[in-house]
Amino acid sequence: MSKVVLKLGDDVSTDIIYPGRFMATVLPSETPQYAFADIPDFNARLKKGEFTKESVVVAGKNFGCGSSREQAASCLKGPDLVVIARHFARIFLQNSINLGLKTIICPDIEAEEGDELEIFGDKVINNTSGKTFPIKPLPKARQSIIDAGGLIPYTRNRLLERKV
Amino acid sequence: MGMTMVEKILARATGRTSVKAGEVVEPWVDLAMSHENGALVLNQFHEIYKGTGMEARVWDPSRIAIIFDHRVPAESSKTATNQKKLREFVANQGIGKFHDIRGDEGGICHQILPENGYIRPGYVVVGTDSHTTSHGALGAFAFGIGATEMASVWALGIVLNVEVPGTIKVVVNGELPKYVLPKDLILFLIGKISAEGANFKVIEFHGSTIQKMSTSGRLTICNMSVEAGATSGIVPPDSMTLGYLKKIAGIEEQIVVFGPDSDATYDQIIEIDASRLDPQVACPHTVDNVKSVQEVAGKKIQQVVIGSCTNGRLDDIEVVAQILRGKKVNRDVRMLIFPASGRIFREAIENGYVTTLMEAGAVVANSGCGPCLGVHQGALADGDTALSTTNRNFKGRMGNPNSEVYLCSPAVAAASALTGVITDPRIGG
Repeated sequence: MSKVVLKLGDDVSTDIIYPGRFMATVLPSETPQYAFADIPDFNARLKKGEFTKESVVVAGKNFGCGSSREQAASCLKGPDLVVIARHFARIFLQNSINLGLKTIICPDIEAEEGDELEIFGDKVINNTSGKTFPIKPLPKARQSIIDAGGLIPYTRNRLLERKV
Repeated sequence: MGMTMVEKILARATGRTSVKAGEVVEPWVDLAMSHENGALVLNQFHEIYKGTGMEARVWDPSRIAIIFDHRVPAESSKTATNQKKLREFVANQGIGKFHDIRGDEGGICHQILPENGYIRPGYVVVGTDSHTTSHGALGAFAFGIGATEMASVWALGIVLNVEVPGTIKVVVNGELPKYVLPKDLILFLIGKISAEGANFKVIEFHGSTIQKMSTSGRLTICNMSVEAGATSGIVPPDSMTLGYLKKIAGIEEQIVVFGPDSDATYDQIIEIDASRLDPQVACPHTVDNVKSVQEVAGKKIQQVVIGSCTNGRLDDIEVVAQILRGKKVNRDVRMLIFPASGRIFREAIENGYVTTLMEAGAVVANSGCGPCLGVHQGALADGDTALSTTNRNFKGRMGNPNSEVYLCSPAVAAASALTGVITDPRIGG
């Protein structure tokens, strides 16, 4: 069971997720402090450690549009948040898969802050509203990266294969 | 069955006779570009090699470009330290295409790459910058990736598991009216198909308007294709492309070019009559919130920005200088101009544009990304409205979530700088 801790609309850009003025901070271990920095209330609660692992950010269409900055994915991966959106912008989705941030494409998702969700196989169940929403599988090209545990181990394996 | 531009390029880059949209391929990379965020790439690159017993060496230092542009000169000690680490890496790995903070060869990555002949038709280009789409202007398949993906490219020389994108063909015919520029065309298209209208697809540009368009204009339209969600924009290379590569980029040898097959399959075909376009303005806080300039004329502005990878080239500065010549920037407006490269800056000086702009009251600053991404050089006050030739107007984009950014062409920006309100350049400032 996972709680929705932030509900957002359509076209949430990487400037909202991780504002450009913090881009000089690059290390995944340091980026979570600036996640949604311009949504101060959420950012303060995140920094206090109020959210349990797999807490959910719910958004509309085109989540993560804009810049390629990977900090936008690493800042959410750090606290192990899950993002459920109607769909994602390409680079953000790719970055998330590469870093192991759990992203779920759920074209019809309806959920409010405080709702309790369950991610079960190919659907999201909203236990608060009693409704169920189908999950759209991630682009097939990406599954092998997820299975390897992210792009770093995946690339490492490929390098070692070449060496042989 | 015929192939689109991107299918042909990916077939070549995988050593195959054909590929189709939807297939998964691992293309060889011709050029891999990073800017300051190379500091993160570097970190991830070393992570990859951990525990392998192998020395961390890039696959081909001649195919890696590192350009400092996002925060130049460094706005903080943190940035300066990142830049220093990258300089050391460049020296250590022997990376040749390195452009430091310099007036002779520095500038914005998406200008430096084409003007130095680093981009060629048919190339596969990746960059840790979403506006890497720009280089489709020269007939390359160029797209943005994240830092970890770039680290993987540095190690392997290929992009892993790329799904061949489908293509939207955009056919533009007719002559652009006076003071209607390539920026207006791309803003119009984004407004028409929305910020997600080309998600995971490539936009291939065709038609007489595109054929007549300079490479500078093509860079503008391919640059902003990503604002419609596109993986890339691309213009089939032609005599205009070859002229640019020879005269501007200084490439002497013969270049072979190819276009898409006449029976290629497109997901969608969109036709636009350029002769009917008005100057366009993208209103806060999404790039697809596009209106004609008449609809937003009169809106008060406090800052005008000319520059960025979208509109900081010589012809952009020229049109601004023409409009400002002998006039004064409104006293309530700060006008900031950032030439896209040191070379363009020097050409703007030689042509007298810089004097014209400064006499009008504009501030001409060093080449770089400037305030586009809200890091330094021109932060906005609470309640400020900026009118900018850059590419994004998301909430907080220019560093302050309590401000607004409108996007437009250099002509609209210049006319508006004179009046202090958004102004139709056809009517004048």
